[in-house]
Amino acid sequence: MIASGPVIPNFGHGSSCVTGDHLFCWDWVRQHWGDTLEPHLVQHVELTVISVAIGFALAFGLALLSHRARALDQPIAVAAGLVYTIPSLVAFQILIAFSGLSTTTVVIPLVGYSLVILYPNITAGLRSAPPEVLEAAQGMGLTRRQMLLRIELPLALPAIIGGLRVAVVSTVAIATVAALVGDRGLGYPIFLAIGLPTPFKTEIYSAGILVVALALALDLVLVGLRRTLVRWAR
Amino acid sequence: MMPLFDTANGHTFLRGFAFVFDNFGFLAHKALDQLALSGAALGIGAAVALPLGIALGHLHRGSTVAIGASILGRALPSILLIAVFLTVLGIGFVNNMVALAVLATGPMLTNAYDGVDGIDRDVTDAARGMGMSRLQILTRVELPLALPLLFTGVRIAAVTVVATAPIAAIAGGGGLGDVIVNQASYRLEGVLGACYCVMVLSAGVWILLLALQRAVTPIPLRSRRVPDAPQSRKELP
Repeated sequence: MIASGPVIPNFGHGSSCVTGDHLFCWDWVRQHWGDTLEPHLVQHVELTVISVAIGFALAFGLALLSHRARALDQPIAVAAGLVYTIPSLVAFQILIAFSGLSTTTVVIPLVGYSLVILYPNITAGLRSAPPEVLEAAQGMGLTRRQMLLRIELPLALPAIIGGLRVAVVSTVAIATVAALVGDRGLGYPIFLAIGLPTPFKTEIYSAGILVVALALALDLVLVGLRRTLVRWAR
Repeated sequence: MMPLFDTANGHTFLRGFAFVFDNFGFLAHKALDQLALSGAALGIGAAVALPLGIALGHLHRGSTVAIGASILGRALPSILLIAVFLTVLGIGFVNNMVALAVLATGPMLTNAYDGVDGIDRDVTDAARGMGMSRLQILTRVELPLALPLLFTGVRIAAVTVVATAPIAAIAGGGGLGDVIVNQASYRLEGVLGACYCVMVLSAGVWILLLALQRAVTPIPLRSRRVPDAPQSRKELP
């Protein structure tokens, strides 16, 4: 299934390095940056950003809900833990039966995994405000809403950004499996390269380096965000 | 745009269950293959990660190693690991076992380190004051206290490995993944049936290890909430 389709244009006619499948061929990377690596990198960034954004919105809503109604926390946490045990490959395959080879099929599991990672971090962050601070706020006459916006949320920022870092890095990694659903993300060139009679090393390594570099780059962006937003903790 | 829920395909979703009932023996056999691969990978990963994590935690050194392992463990996609080891080790059991073992070391190393490193210094100082040797402190104080987190690491690693093992089928891994990536032979209902089995398998491993974790946790530590899979390390620095 994976190996089918037009595989050959990536491989076959090329320099002696490419046809001989040497360890790493820079000329292949230069030649196919525009038609293989860059478009898949862009897709990968899009998938990650969309999924984590939706996952964050949902997790934030759920966390606010269980912050108000503590009884909801334990059931949500257990359900989240179970969602995390669903293998990505399986989630994609089952959704194909419903939403076909569409972007929806790819985004739903990615949203699910980031939601599951973000929820415990956001709840833990919201709960991290020291009780004496909350009492002082109450004494100053702040309403429940003001306490949330002015005290609990700012204090939760480090934990929220910490959760976002884990979610973004994990989503970048899981999104490679999305290539099973079709030509999406940096997993696709890797799948194609595995499917060849002899796995094409340069394609695997170059796409792989890009995935890991993307994860680390997005992580650095969030570290920077934390630095600018959480000035008091320095 | 296509509708979100396609009823014609929805029937296939249910036929997947029928496939499981009709081919139970075959799927059970594949599941056992997958568990064997996962067990071997987890064993190798544990043999490397746990002693290293415990040793580093005991010495309160190498936090960069532990943090790096946790970040890299998440950033390295399973497919990439399998593909890279495929180019080095060739197709088959060994390649997949090594790739999955690498995947398993991340959470185990990090949690073992955190578990031992995070123990209150007053406790180890008190043990030293009572005349315990370093080895006694490690085995009688640090390890029991670190056990819940250690076990969390093993649980996360086990579920990760069992859940990732089907992907190994792309590189000749065997197990339920063989069915999942071979829609041409087993049709969509077979693929779905195997998917249900993988879900049950990984959820089963998670629940089983959670129960085991409670059983091995020293009773005074049981009241604490068991730290869970998706939670990040306290907070990444």
